[in-house]
Amino acid sequence: MAAAVALELDRVSRRFATRGSGLFTAIEALAFSVRAGEFVSVVGPSGCGKSTILNLVAGLDRPSSGRVLLNGLPVTGPSTHVGFMLQKDLLLPWRSIARNVEFGLEARPMPRAERRARAQQELQRCRLSELADRYPFQLSGGQRQRAALARTLAIEPDIVLLDEPFSALDSQTKLLLQRSFAQTIAGAGITTLLITHDLVEAVSMSDRVLVMSERPGRIVEEIVVDLPHRDDPIARRPLPRAQDLMTHLFDALHLADRTDA
Amino acid sequence: MTSLAEAAVATPRPWLRNLALPAASLVFAALVLVAWEFVPPALGVPKYIVPRVSDLLLEMARMGRQENLLAHVVSTGSMAVLGFALGALFGAVCGYLLGLSPLWERVLSPYILALQIAPKVAFAPLFIMWFGYNAWPKLIVTVLVVFFPILVNVLQAMHTADRDQVNLARAYSMSPAQVFWKVLFPSSMPSLLAGLRIGATLAVIGITVGELLGGEVGLGYLITFGEGQANTAMVFNAIFLLTIIGIAMYGAVAWVEARVLHYIPRVEH
Ligand SMILES: Nc1ncnc2c1ncn2[C@@H]1O[C@H](COP(=O)(O)OP(=O)(O)OP(=O)(O)O)[C@@H](O)[C@H]1O
Ligand SMILES: [Mg+2]
Repeated sequence: MAAAVALELDRVSRRFATRGSGLFTAIEALAFSVRAGEFVSVVGPSGCGKSTILNLVAGLDRPSSGRVLLNGLPVTGPSTHVGFMLQKDLLLPWRSIARNVEFGLEARPMPRAERRARAQQELQRCRLSELADRYPFQLSGGQRQRAALARTLAIEPDIVLLDEPFSALDSQTKLLLQRSFAQTIAGAGITTLLITHDLVEAVSMSDRVLVMSERPGRIVEEIVVDLPHRDDPIARRPLPRAQDLMTHLFDALHLADRTDA
Repeated sequence: MTSLAEAAVATPRPWLRNLALPAASLVFAALVLVAWEFVPPALGVPKYIVPRVSDLLLEMARMGRQENLLAHVVSTGSMAVLGFALGALFGAVCGYLLGLSPLWERVLSPYILALQIAPKVAFAPLFIMWFGYNAWPKLIVTVLVVFFPILVNVLQAMHTADRDQVNLARAYSMSPAQVFWKVLFPSSMPSLLAGLRIGATLAVIGITVGELLGGEVGLGYLITFGEGQANTAMVFNAIFLLTIIGIAMYGAVAWVEARVLHYIPRVEH
């Protein structure tokens, strides 16, 4: 029942040197953990340090104080157990979709044929097999994000970090893609940390929602979404309880804004 | 209905457009050549100032028979290609190295700017004094002329590379070498190729200046030789052939560019 902790932030702060002599605190004594297989969303006002958290977990940045633990081990640099995905799909325009999906695998010693096979498998899971030989400019925004997910999952990460992956899409594509992501992620049983501005998205996709305050970013509320249909946001969304949670979140964010303003 | 009407209008169009433009260009060329043949004599301009088209053709045939024209063309062409290749190689390598080491770039950037502004062809006499009347001076001038636009373009590309793409590669635990070869290098291709296109045209200028100043081979030499004999037609012909070499080199780079950059959607006008 109490699954192992996959990710833990232990009183993590991140300060940036500013132009002058001062220090700018982006996040302050942040503490939360994510269990293996859990889907956790982080919501909060713009500039509160959400992307900073993601960079710390991905090992692209170091905390100024505190520790980030992945499967109990401190993060000291990029790890092959972490996949991350941003609002920008970051597909390399000079590579075909299949070669883009292979990209992450090229960091490892792996025979080319095996890499191909892994990529094919991932493309199939993300329903992109027909587009394998196309180039990114020939894909729609939603297809591109699906390709980016395939690339992220191809390295078989233990945890994926998603930084507003749906925010650049139109609302219909967004709904379909959210469901597509939810199914894929639930099927693979991967631990997920989703950063989003969209409260509806947070409730309809996650097991738990963390609400952050204005900067310096802290967790001001934690909401457990104990609802069915985690693999189908479109089905979960209209549930009365889900609607309640969304309203509650909306208020929480508002309040958080006010106290810190 | 509409689709049918559209189809009727749309079908002949690309076909027409494909042929209409080159046809118009050819007609224009023919008009210019005809004017060149008949207007100067009509205005009483003597042949030794502006030779007629027919004179140029006759002179070209004579040069082919008596002046060993082919050897000169081959010499200039091969030297231009060699100088271009060396200049491009050095320029690109230096651009990537400087792009990877911001410290060195900051140290060297004032000198790079100064050298970029300096008229490189003016160094030619210096090189002739140092190396004598052989292939080296013109080759070095060409390398210098080609070097800078390519260096600057590559450096620019290294600066504007997508930080997030680089971070993505780093997040996949790629080594710095892998980040370079898999992200930075391919993403610099459009700039590198634009630099190569500029370099291809500059190479012909470099080689020509080198040949004008010394030596006894090449189309630049034929220009000074023709000048000494007051043979205007010979000068015109040499310039024409130099232009052809430049166009061929530019065309080759553009051909490579179209193949390498196939992944960039082309804007239809
Ligand atoms: N490298 C940096 N140097 C200085 N300040 C930084 C740096 N990176 C981020 N910041 C600052 O830290 C704060 C948090 O940034 P972050 O990108 O994490 O915000 P965010 O919550 O992701 O915002 P958004 O929702 O708009 O994406 C911002 O105020 C930002 O200006
Ligand atoms: Mg952000």
